[in-house]
Amino acid sequence: MKDEKTLLEEFQSKIDKGIKIEPKDWMPEKYRKQLIRMMSQHAHSEIVGMLPEGNWITRAPSLRRKAILLAKVQDEAGHGMYLYSATETLGIDRSELLEQLHTGKAKYSSIFNYPTLTWADIGAIGWLVDGAAIMNQTALAKGSYGPYSRAMVRICKEESFHNRQGYEIMCSLAFGSEEQKQMAQDALNRWWWPAIMMLGPSDDSSPNSDELMRWKVKMESNDAIRERFIDRTVPQADYIGLTIPDPDLMFNKETGHYKHGPINWEEFFNVIKGNGPCNKIRLKARVDADRNGRWVREATEAYAAKKRIVNS
Amino acid sequence: MDKQKALFQYCLRLADSSLIMGQRLSEWCGHGPVLEEDIALTNIALDLVGQATAILNYAGKVEGKGHTEDDLAFLRPEREFRNVLLAEQPNGDYAFTIARQFLFDVYQYYYYQSLQKSKDETLSALSEKSLKEVTYHLRHTSQWMLRLGDGTPESHERVQRAINELWMFTGDLFDMDEVDALLLKEGVSIDLKEVKGKWENHVAELLEKATLQLPVQTFMQAGSRAGKHTEHLGFLLAEMQYLQRTYPDVKW
Ligand SMILES: [Fe+2]
Ligand SMILES: [Fe+2]
Ligand SMILES: [Fe+2]
Repeated sequence: MKDEKTLLEEFQSKIDKGIKIEPKDWMPEKYRKQLIRMMSQHAHSEIVGMLPEGNWITRAPSLRRKAILLAKVQDEAGHGMYLYSATETLGIDRSELLEQLHTGKAKYSSIFNYPTLTWADIGAIGWLVDGAAIMNQTALAKGSYGPYSRAMVRICKEESFHNRQGYEIMCSLAFGSEEQKQMAQDALNRWWWPAIMMLGPSDDSSPNSDELMRWKVKMESNDAIRERFIDRTVPQADYIGLTIPDPDLMFNKETGHYKHGPINWEEFFNVIKGNGPCNKIRLKARVDADRNGRWVREATEAYAAKKRIVNS
Repeated sequence: MDKQKALFQYCLRLADSSLIMGQRLSEWCGHGPVLEEDIALTNIALDLVGQATAILNYAGKVEGKGHTEDDLAFLRPEREFRNVLLAEQPNGDYAFTIARQFLFDVYQYYYYQSLQKSKDETLSALSEKSLKEVTYHLRHTSQWMLRLGDGTPESHERVQRAINELWMFTGDLFDMDEVDALLLKEGVSIDLKEVKGKWENHVAELLEKATLQLPVQTFMQAGSRAGKHTEHLGFLLAEMQYLQRTYPDVKW
């Protein structure tokens, strides 16, 4: 039996060589825990994220938009399922993870605690929220844990469709009637900062542990990802004639990057803590779905058990 | 009534039933009993909305007034909707939704099977495509009927109650009027009496397998053929049509 130190060295050298860590491989307990936390948070975000957009399926303004939105929200359910399965490879099961969500022990992305007030919000979510998620997830796809990184590769492909359909909605609105244009600008005003914040606290208040970087659990700093997101999104807003609600936003010719104004972190931490406008109704919707579904799941089990007896 | 007018009506019946059922199912999105069912119900809803879109597009051409599928879906008032009464019934609990969907799936299954042979090429092609989808829907809801019927006492009781409550809306599925008479003569539409026979056998057989009782003959509601609906439809349409009605003549 190898000692811990040797195992850790082997583990690190695999990661350095770009070899993925697989479920049966040895891994430090801290690595496993951190991944469970990150991956389940991600899975929960996919599922809770269905709610604000699901709101608008029944009100979508055309049959085509309805079908696209249905398909999009269905994808998110698929992402959730896929991520729960990937998390299960670390030795924890879905029911336990859901329990953590329902009791408020586990977190999900702060962004889904904001309300979808108009149809334009559906455009803004696809454009900004899926857009920010892609930035984060393309980084995570290079991470060291095999099942997570493969999940990210697969999910990212669908996210870019989500991002496009969102931007397309924004385009139709921005190039539409005066009222539609206002609706689009209003949605951008409300979603911009939450989207900027969903990429996580800035690096000075949340220094990335060297260890997580070394283990390739975390691939890039929050601020670096945020910068890429802003660089990509600002020209898109310009193109459709919408204004980013940040008076301090500036293009820095020397660095070639945009610099944003001050972020209201107090709001962010409050939303994380449960004080966002929709934290309570989002969680309640999930808890209710779980509670109302209990007899269905029991029936499924009872029926399967009967069939097993018959078949044996 | 001439053939074009009858065909327009006929298309609306088909399309509206799929559309309203799809609309109801999509209310579940994000609230299903398990994630897998969120995905499955959304899938069925997507197929149904797709069917409705294709048929409404055709209906617009048949009508010849330049209406698009969206005009027909979002700008007709309650009394012009022709969906079967069954489709507009609210979701209730999961057993109610599954029972409603199952009864509808069996109906669509035999309906499209028959309509595949229509002399109207568009309807025939759409039926062939839709039948593939419906075959999958029916398999899915049949499995759930068995699970719920033969699962726990609670699930059995819930799904039995659902079937009993929905039963009075099943007569409406097979009502025929002058539209049917005219198009049947032309070889365009189908004989719903035949569909009814097959539907009854299929439903009876599955209910028995699921240890459920076939409801006793009840008084049947009627009216969808003439756009006489239950109170539920108006609310559903108010929600579905609100954006198109609030902001007329814009593109989305
Ligand atoms: Fe995501
Ligand atoms: Fe996703
Ligand atoms: Fe997405």
